[in-house]
Amino acid sequence: MTQDFRLDTVGLINRDKKLSFIFNGNNYFGYEGDTLASALLANGVHLIGRSFKYHRPRGFFGAGVDEPYAVVQLYRNNETEPNVKATEQELFEGLEAKSVNCWPSVNFDIGAINNFLKVFLPAGFYYKTFMWPKSFWYKVYEPFIRKAAGLGVASTKHDKERYEHKYEYCDLLIAGSGPAGLASAYAAAKNGARVILAEDKPRYGGTLLTSEVNIGNQTGKEWSENIITELKEMPNVTVRNRSQVFGYYDHNMLVMLEKISDHLPKTKKYHPKQRLWYIRAKEVLISSGSIERPLVFGNNDTPGVMLSSAAKEYLKVYGVLVGKKPLIFTNNDSGYETAIEFKKNGVEPIILDTRKEPNSETIEEAKNLGIQIKLSYVVVAAKGYKKVDSAEIAKISDNKNNLGALENINCDCICVSGFWTPTIHLASQSGNKTKFDKNIDAFVPGVSKQNETTLGAANGKFTLEETLKDSFDAGYELSKKITKNENKILCPKVVEKKKTTHDKFWCVPLPKGKTYKRFLDFQNDVAVSDVEIAVKEGYRSIEHVKRYTTLGMATDQGKTSNLNGLQLVSNIENKIVPEVGHTTFRPPYTPVTIGAIVGREVGKHSRPTRKSPIHYWHEKNNAVFVDAGVWLRPRYYKRGNETLFEGSKREAKNVRTNVGVCDVTTLGKIDIKGPDAAELLNRVYTNAWLKLPVGKARYGVMLREDGIVMDDGTTTRISENHYHMTTTTAQAANVLSHLEYYLQVVWPELNVNVVSTTEQWAGVAIAGPKSRDLLKKLFPKIDVSNEGLPFMGYLEGELFGVHARIFRISFSGELAYEVNVESDNGSFMWEKIMELGKNFEIQPYGTEALSTLRIEMGHVAGSELDGRTIPYDNSLEGMISKKKDFIGKRSLNRKAFVAKDRQKVVGVIPLDKKTSIPEGSHLVKDKNAQLPNPKLGYISASCWSVEFDNPFSLAILKDGKNMIGQKLFAMSPLKNKTIAVEIVSSHYVDPKGERVRS
Amino acid sequence: MLHIKCPHCGMRSQNEFSYGGDATVKRPELNKEISDQEWDNFVYNRKSLRGKHLELWQHLSGCRQWIKVERDTATHEIFKTLKANEDI
Repeated sequence: MTQDFRLDTVGLINRDKKLSFIFNGNNYFGYEGDTLASALLANGVHLIGRSFKYHRPRGFFGAGVDEPYAVVQLYRNNETEPNVKATEQELFEGLEAKSVNCWPSVNFDIGAINNFLKVFLPAGFYYKTFMWPKSFWYKVYEPFIRKAAGLGVASTKHDKERYEHKYEYCDLLIAGSGPAGLASAYAAAKNGARVILAEDKPRYGGTLLTSEVNIGNQTGKEWSENIITELKEMPNVTVRNRSQVFGYYDHNMLVMLEKISDHLPKTKKYHPKQRLWYIRAKEVLISSGSIERPLVFGNNDTPGVMLSSAAKEYLKVYGVLVGKKPLIFTNNDSGYETAIEFKKNGVEPIILDTRKEPNSETIEEAKNLGIQIKLSYVVVAAKGYKKVDSAEIAKISDNKNNLGALENINCDCICVSGFWTPTIHLASQSGNKTKFDKNIDAFVPGVSKQNETTLGAANGKFTLEETLKDSFDAGYELSKKITKNENKILCPKVVEKKKTTHDKFWCVPLPKGKTYKRFLDFQNDVAVSDVEIAVKEGYRSIEHVKRYTTLGMATDQGKTSNLNGLQLVSNIENKIVPEVGHTTFRPPYTPVTIGAIVGREVGKHSRPTRKSPIHYWHEKNNAVFVDAGVWLRPRYYKRGNETLFEGSKREAKNVRTNVGVCDVTTLGKIDIKGPDAAELLNRVYTNAWLKLPVGKARYGVMLREDGIVMDDGTTTRISENHYHMTTTTAQAANVLSHLEYYLQVVWPELNVNVVSTTEQWAGVAIAGPKSRDLLKKLFPKIDVSNEGLPFMGYLEGELFGVHARIFRISFSGELAYEVNVESDNGSFMWEKIMELGKNFEIQPYGTEALSTLRIEMGHVAGSELDGRTIPYDNSLEGMISKKKDFIGKRSLNRKAFVAKDRQKVVGVIPLDKKTSIPEGSHLVKDKNAQLPNPKLGYISASCWSVEFDNPFSLAILKDGKNMIGQKLFAMSPLKNKTIAVEIVSSHYVDPKGERVRS
Repeated sequence: MLHIKCPHCGMRSQNEFSYGGDATVKRPELNKEISDQEWDNFVYNRKSLRGKHLELWQHLSGCRQWIKVERDTATHEIFKTLKANEDI
């Protein structure tokens, strides 16, 4: 089998390895080393999709990252990926791809009717037309536009591929392995610097692969291969292909996407699909080359019109002819190089040069080869619908304003060259103030902001000799700055053909009476006329023109269109290009998959999971877990078919009647030591701490400086200068930072040390009327009677040989204790408690029962201490010391905080004693009042009171103090419920607090 | 991502740190009578400067020390970093 457009010997592909693939349902084959684009072109396929707006036929325009047309939907290993550039996608066995943006098929596309309506679809069309009637937008316009427009379709399935992140440091990061990148990497590496060299393509060498040059008596390609081989062997060098440095961020942090498996039919086991590198480089060398500029003429978007550099790359790298009757349209010498390659491979090209009398070594060579050259000639329009079949050409006057008689010329492709645009994206992203270089009609990097240097074509240097000299120098000088070494490599001798200056002309005028569309932006169908309209309508800023016309948007980000757009605006406005300026270059330079950005942080790995040392007992005993911050906590221990409601009620009830045990390891624990520890606590907490005796615990509330409650908990004096603080689970980390802030920044004179011991202690709460009896069994040798261990007392003891801290504190409102042992002994303690607790009918209880118990006791917790309430709101005003100062005290006399009708925590019971009140419900006086119904307060927490067997809620209510006994309505529009309620005291159970002291 | 030199640990990435606001604000002394306005200024009122700004950061995932960082809020340039008890 042969391929019509494949040469027999030329190219870097492996002709021994055939690969079959499917495009739009048809079977084709290509070779190892092909891209999807080169393989399709070898098979003579030029029609690859439809354009975004007018659904005009689309072919290939480039051969790499700049490609604006050839985006496909890729199918690989039962997954699909949208917006893959066919020019970048390497071919693999079994690859499948489909056209995007066409319906029902690429050959017959209904949307193409837009093309014939194009007079009605000018710039800003969507803004202007679909504005009214407003109600049509969601139902008519948007669904229609969504169906007609857009590129690929994202998969809705979970992405099973693995993506990795990697952090790396280096002396020099070099982006691009063309002549500039290779030379600077080599010079720097030989001088001892740690170098990372990144190449976005599979092959290293950049333009050296396609240009006829000689470096140190080797061809460019040989030289690049030798350099790469040597670099790869050096221990101080990391070389990566298929790796795009796409973002330049602050402090010389760059991000690179390495495509590890995209070129394979399937990702290898244990390999990631892609890897995202975060690279902190001391110096960055940008050697990203340049992209050829299109010339603008009628129907210049027809399949078969492409960049001359792309045609050359398809020929020299892939052995593919993009046409057999090529027309080369150029304003500089680059087009000649492409023509020469065609000619050498038996194809007769015709060159149209816009210049009148150009002369250079390259042009001489073309002439000597007998290539037909037409000077002062332009392509007026491409002809053909799905593929170029001829061109309308004409002679152009010296002032470039007038066209001669139109002539038709047969051709099957038009290779255009409008000179070169340096790829300055990375430099610009780093903050470089770019400047306009009149000699090349393009922007080049100017003053560096960060440690970045741009070299070679990216810096507007288009001769190899200059590029290599600059790059060897830069590699040496920058590495010397870092390594202090002085091993200098001499720049080899370069042989290249001399070129002459380009023509500034780039946009062919329309002949009289013709209305050809002349496209600037090929991906978004932005034509010259669209920009003209935008400017006529008053859009002046290039940023506005961009957004109004969509020039330079979408996946190619205007890589080929930006500069022509700027030139056009500056022409219309009679300005020079630098006055117009360019739009901001933002990362990423090329599209990056969400998978790569997210990396391994997916699902359960999106944040750490913390488990208590007793976790595995809970798991074995049917615990239903709930996320509490990053902790996993048992919500209830399910028995049979019990629901959460039934289970938590049973557990809570058992605490009130017998004894329950709860894993409270997750509570924050902070060890506080030092002679000034009491003084610190006295300043941090609102109540007095200086006189707390050793062996006693105390409840404390801490505020932020603005008077809002930050956290609460108990702190116990273990010994003279040693305290054990507990915090809520949620605030543990914040409280530690808070204490560190005051100790290090505000009061460094305090001699105190704080450290988190949350992970070091396993903690349990043993609560219920029988808890003391159980404690006696656990600690038979110590006196845990009400006298021996009174409420808020503290003892240390041995739990069957294990050191334990025993606190008599209670969250449930029952007689209760908390016991801490070292984490490793947590399971042992728990199992002992369960074993000895059998006689007392012990049951474990989860967070839901824990909540029930504290709510009906009126103990405030996270849902009341929600960062919006002050101590008074939570009935904690008794905790406020009048005698001493503390953090946040001065804020407590703010007007709103001392208002007579200040909000306060209250209890709420439904009048029917049956209907549970949804948390978050609003309390209102009149359920029928006009909306918005004035809100008096809100339900902060709800439970089913196990003591009274009816629903009970806590609420924060305006003037709550005086509202006890009032009847209100709890309204939850979310749950569509309105419940008549009565306001009662928040202390529903045991209001005098006798149980905890019993 | 910023690269911050912790005076205790050396150069570290921004994601090890947490931001702590203006370092020039001084907390009023305890037990001192001050006006509402002074307290207000301390708690709420901050200048949102463009340019050099002395600010606090905590090396949260490192040595846990609070440090001072002199940073340009517009360009992110960091001029100097200091221990919490050092003055510029």
